Amino acid sequence: MSGQALHEPFEDLERQRLAAAFGMWIFLATEILFFGSAFLAFSVYRQLHPEGMLAAARETNIVLGSVNTAILLASSVTMAVADKAAEQMRKRETILCLALTAAFGLGFLVVKLFEYREDIAERLVPGPHFALTEPGAQLFFGFYWVMTGIHAIHLTIGIVIVLITIWRIRRGSLAYGRSGFLPSLGLYWHLVDVVWIFLFPLLYLGGRA
Amino acid sequence: MTRSLQTPALGGHELPSYLEDGHSLRSWLLSTDHKRIALLYFGSITLFFFVGGAAATLMRLELISPSGRFFSNDGYNRLFTLHGVVMVWFFLVPSIPTTFGNFLLPLMIGAKDMAFPRLNLFSWYLNTVGGLLVIACLVLGGVDTGWTFYTPFSSLFANGYVILAAMAVFVAGFSTIATGINFIVTIHTLRAPGMRWMRLPLFVWTQYATALVIVLATPVLAITLLLLMAERLFGLPIFDPAQGGDPVLFQHLFWFYSHPAVYIMILPAFGVISELVACFSRRRVFGYTAMIYAILGIAVIGFFVWGHHMFVAGMSPLAALVFSFLSFVVAVPSAIKVFNWTFTLYRGQIYFEAPMIYALGFIGLFTTGGLSGLFTASLPVDVHVTDSYFVVAHFHYIMVGGAVSAFFGALHFWWPKITGRMAPDGWARFAAILMYFGFNFTFFPQFLMGYLGMNRRYHQYAPEFQIYHVASSTGAAVLAAAYALPMFYLGWSLIWGRRAEANPWGATGLEWQTSSPPPRENFLKTPQVREQAYDYHPETEAPLHEAPEGRRPHNPQGAGA
Repeated sequence: MSGQALHEPFEDLERQRLAAAFGMWIFLATEILFFGSAFLAFSVYRQLHPEGMLAAARETNIVLGSVNTAILLASSVTMAVADKAAEQMRKRETILCLALTAAFGLGFLVVKLFEYREDIAERLVPGPHFALTEPGAQLFFGFYWVMTGIHAIHLTIGIVIVLITIWRIRRGSLAYGRSGFLPSLGLYWHLVDVVWIFLFPLLYLGGRA
Repeated sequence: MTRSLQTPALGGHELPSYLEDGHSLRSWLLSTDHKRIALLYFGSITLFFFVGGAAATLMRLELISPSGRFFSNDGYNRLFTLHGVVMVWFFLVPSIPTTFGNFLLPLMIGAKDMAFPRLNLFSWYLNTVGGLLVIACLVLGGVDTGWTFYTPFSSLFANGYVILAAMAVFVAGFSTIATGINFIVTIHTLRAPGMRWMRLPLFVWTQYATALVIVLATPVLAITLLLLMAERLFGLPIFDPAQGGDPVLFQHLFWFYSHPAVYIMILPAFGVISELVACFSRRRVFGYTAMIYAILGIAVIGFFVWGHHMFVAGMSPLAALVFSFLSFVVAVPSAIKVFNWTFTLYRGQIYFEAPMIYALGFIGLFTTGGLSGLFTASLPVDVHVTDSYFVVAHFHYIMVGGAVSAFFGALHFWWPKITGRMAPDGWARFAAILMYFGFNFTFFPQFLMGYLGMNRRYHQYAPEFQIYHVASSTGAAVLAAAYALPMFYLGWSLIWGRRAEANPWGATGLEWQTSSPPPRENFLKTPQVREQAYDYHPETEAPLHEAPEGRRPHNPQGAGA
């Protein structure tokens, strides 16, 4: 038993699925411009203050950063499998994979919180007590906090929607196999993942070669 | 009157209209009907138009005297900031797309509703939240940064409610992004059978181009404001020169949104004017295809001219040259549009009814504004007039003379479709003419004093400029009267106005083939589109003139199966 798949104003399901995916792709385009502008500003400063930015990048915790990269990649795999399982109307597997996805997402946030605590202890928050003195180092950590923070907010939104989706599938109020909802959710989740794939080398790998 | 004007070809008069479909507050505030959401937007936009207008009135009052009589320096700064923020983000950017776009887009393409009706409602709530934040900012004491929020003043020194104002703009930005996504997907997926891309009314094309600009430009503003808020709120140095940050970078990011935003404001107006000029001169739009390429050309080139806002902020001579050249280039498609509207009038049968008077006024004001834009695109002249009243006059000619005139033209043209009542045409014509004169009276003196050296954003000035300021303020009083007038006679028409037929102007678009006001479902039968847009006369023949006392029925763009 699942909810109504076809909604107004559409008259056939194929077109509705197309519209949902298309709308999500356009939204992703806006997200790319959103994060892209921050990447651009970061790159400009990297050009202006190469020494200070690289010195600051060496202070990030590469172990926790790498672990988080692995966790996020794994979550994208489970999300993709959930989508495939839903396509074949396998309710149990869909819910299992979605739950794993949410768990990986939460795991990422927990690791990130530990990392933040360490950063604060090492006086890496810009301000009068900042640990480094190179010009540009404070700029690096300005971007570090803003960009990982925005990424974490995106991930939190993703986790909440995944949890609601699990609840709706269990309750039977979401036509999860046919309505085009899960592929769109998957697209969003993968985008959040891809943003991290860009953040990781920018913030953690610089100055370490 | 012939029968075909009264009986809508696509039915609708058998059903209750969208206005009668539920009367509770809930049936409005939770409605997913694009027509009701358009009216919700109309309410909030009207409110903000008068809030921003009140600020402008106070500014013009202050400027009558060269010594600055009523406000402190700080008070005046807060006044023009409020005027800018409210008018740009809470009136001009959402104005035509969220009201007429929302109302007409599904009707014009023969759809039942937007592709994502609930997202549409959500975007109105986002807009309302942004509006409440701006009102809160106003009540608490306002902002003094100017609508452009330039760093490092806004991030480190300003003592107003910068975060509240930036948050308001941020939230309103997401509201327009939601609207933009909805428009693009709706136009791609919900066109009626036979409604090919090259049959779309130009109004739909402009909404499409506007939506593209919205989704590609607004996120850049969002992140820029977020970086600004992070700097101000948490002390993260992003644009702080003391830490090696670059305040000019903020300007680049800001104008990467805010120049395309000018086209978000004016492109929908182009669409309105194309509809009005064709209908009231009984002519096919001259160069329909060229118009579409011009619309898309403006949308694309508009992304690459932002640097002309920063000629004096420091950039390499090469960059300045390129931005100057591209700013001249973007004028070409705009000129094509003006020429095409003029050629559409040629040998047409012109009806000087109120919407047409607004449209003709638009063409005059937009041309003046556009030509003065060439002055500011030219490097040496721009250095002379930067931050002067010349620039103020230039962009008010485009945005107020252009976009607001088009808004009022659209309001009078589609008023019968939206409300089912005719507006009193005599009063409407009077208001349209008054608006044209009041506008020129207000803003033409600003070209002169700007060129002579009067700087913007000062409320104390050299006494020799007083004559221009007094002229401008007098004009503003006329203009204010012209903007207030429609409230009275349009309100009057809601109760005592003549009932409108389905197609009172004898236009060809699909929206006129259903009843006025349309039913919830828009059409009784699915429209089958068989004709190009604006089929007022056979393509290869000159238009026949109709008897002036009665409109000849025209071939509608489509009918039921």
